[in-house]
Amino acid sequence: MKEQEYSQDNWDLVIRSKTHWLSLNLRELWRYRDLLMLLVKRDYKASFKQTILGPIWFFIQPLLTSSVYAVIFGRIANISTDGNPRLLFYMAGVIMWNYFSTCLTATSATFVTNANIFGKVYFPRLIMPFSVVISNLLRFSVQFLFFFGVLIYYMMKPDYTVHLTWAVILTPLFLVIMALLGLSMGLIVSSLTTKYRDLAHLVGFGVQLMMYATPVVYPASFLQGKWKTILELNPMTSVIEGFRFAFMGSGEFNPMSLFYSIGVTLVLLFISVILFNKVEKGFMDTV
Amino acid sequence: MSKSVLIAEDVSKMYRLGLVSTKSLAHDLNRWWHVVRGKEDPYRMVGEANDRSSKGESEYVWALRDINFSIYEGEAVGIIGRNGAGKSTMLKLLSQVTQPTTGTIKVRGRIASLLEVGTGFHPELTGRENIFLNGAILGMRKKEIQRKLDEIIAFSGVERYIDTPVKRYSSGMYVRLAFAVAAHLESEILIVDEVLAVGDAEFQKKCLGKMGEVSKGQGRTVLFVSHNMYAIKSLCTRAIYMQNGTLKNDGNASLIVDQYLSGYDSMDTARAYQNNLSEKAVYLEKAVCQNAVGIEKYMFTADEPVRIVFTVRKKSPVRGVFLHFVLRNYEEVAILETDSREGGYPEIDTDLEGNFTSVIEIPSRILRSGRYHVSVGIRSEQHDPAQIESIASFMSFDVLADKSPRDARRNSILSTILDWKDAGRLEI
Repeated sequence: MKEQEYSQDNWDLVIRSKTHWLSLNLRELWRYRDLLMLLVKRDYKASFKQTILGPIWFFIQPLLTSSVYAVIFGRIANISTDGNPRLLFYMAGVIMWNYFSTCLTATSATFVTNANIFGKVYFPRLIMPFSVVISNLLRFSVQFLFFFGVLIYYMMKPDYTVHLTWAVILTPLFLVIMALLGLSMGLIVSSLTTKYRDLAHLVGFGVQLMMYATPVVYPASFLQGKWKTILELNPMTSVIEGFRFAFMGSGEFNPMSLFYSIGVTLVLLFISVILFNKVEKGFMDTV
Repeated sequence: MSKSVLIAEDVSKMYRLGLVSTKSLAHDLNRWWHVVRGKEDPYRMVGEANDRSSKGESEYVWALRDINFSIYEGEAVGIIGRNGAGKSTMLKLLSQVTQPTTGTIKVRGRIASLLEVGTGFHPELTGRENIFLNGAILGMRKKEIQRKLDEIIAFSGVERYIDTPVKRYSSGMYVRLAFAVAAHLESEILIVDEVLAVGDAEFQKKCLGKMGEVSKGQGRTVLFVSHNMYAIKSLCTRAIYMQNGTLKNDGNASLIVDQYLSGYDSMDTARAYQNNLSEKAVYLEKAVCQNAVGIEKYMFTADEPVRIVFTVRKKSPVRGVFLHFVLRNYEEVAILETDSREGGYPEIDTDLEGNFTSVIEIPSRILRSGRYHVSVGIRSEQHDPAQIESIASFMSFDVLADKSPRDARRNSILSTILDWKDAGRLEI
């Protein structure tokens, strides 16, 4: 054997059938950071090609949704908004929830939508879901600025008691929790659906169901008893209530429930990364 | 001996055929149960050799079985084999798109693989934006692409459209741009699947030239899958011949290509033409290729003549029948055309009935190396459709390189030897 003259372990890459269950290659991910940024740029550019309004669509959509909610849940169903202006209350819920749900649904389809490109070239597969999370963060930021504008308008009107609280400094934390929660739930679904797609049919429905188990269209104070327990078990509850507390000074927010959300997020993230790692190498044969 | 940069050890890959359904769920559960008890995967035993044309017993096939090879630094290796021999599966394993069922592949240095041109191109983005995106997908850093941007654009030859969305490109322009990006990858090992089949002849030549430069000029290792034997011979020093998922032979590119092409004959006896049933009064019954001494073959060297023997059946005594012969090269360009009225009015022209055999011979050193397709028309001067038959590209033969020093670099369609006469010399 000629190759014995060289050291046996001096290989840059070893491809074999089984990989270690936790072989997350962070250095490799870092090496592909340019690709991540280019994918984000692609998503941004591609979504507004051949539109006249361009990025304005970013806030037309939550504005319309919030107005619809304000009419249906506010005017018609007459659900309380903790004394906040309806539009503002629903808008806070809608932009937060949208970020979470698009992260989840887009990530859950990672393997199926990218099968073509994954089948032709190798790069760390995690780049794709990461790019989804980042490009949606961009979108969220624009929507957040719009929300902030609406907030200032209501703060100047004397009829409402809308005010910022200390919890504003927690905003980045809320975002990180939401992003990671959406990402890890999406990754779990995507890992489980490479071979059997049954679960993929449930995702859309599941997300909608989860929205009603989260205080998006109603405040947490609206529920009592065993329904309240379900609400408290939902890790998204503290994030949305916390966000409303931070910017509007209302709602039930306690730090303990935030710690609970962080804990759930970390556990799910851990599980999702293991699952994703397990399937990403061989998924091409089954997807 | 130079350093090995890639070693494949006992690499196998099994695929399951058919649809994913509840049956596959049952198999998965059974497999899992075996693994839990520490037994071997039951379906590995029933895997069959990958022979696509015959119906097998098992749902599991080995797309690759026990492949072993090592590749040394700076080698240009061609992987050849018929469709379904496992070439592309091998490349997929090497480019980490999927993983082997068993076995190990070890690699030294960066691998860049080009299984398709233009992976990840977004139709809405401009050519320039796509260069960056595609480059990054193939593993280039942004700075690296920036540095080479001008070179890439120049190589692609679509400078004028570089700021237009690629959805407005012609398919040729698309491929040109995509290959240009890939050609400027900086990796120690470059893996290229049959991507040269697209684009026009001029661009194909440019791509081959670029690949030659990569392997010979820059000393990088190239693995190249192609059905273009001419390209393999001119580009590669070594070839790996795969058949039904196993490695059949490995060695000098020229020798292996010749072996592959001759093996192709024995498997594809259908190269000869035979037709015993026809409504027509006059029709082509049989056609074969022969060498100068009458032995049937379909692989010739450029240094030997090619004889084509036509047997025409004439059921009624029609006059004025003649044969029209067209030879096309691999690009379907007609390079020779002749009819039997030009060359001596054979007996078929008379009002006799029966089987008529006509022979034409293409002298040595007319055709260059490559694959040729034979078309023939049986015509009558009375233009009676019942007597006319025209069969396009029904038979093919291959011409291998001649022994002259020019051959490997010949670009012309013909390889005819012309006389170089001395026309005088002037003292200066």
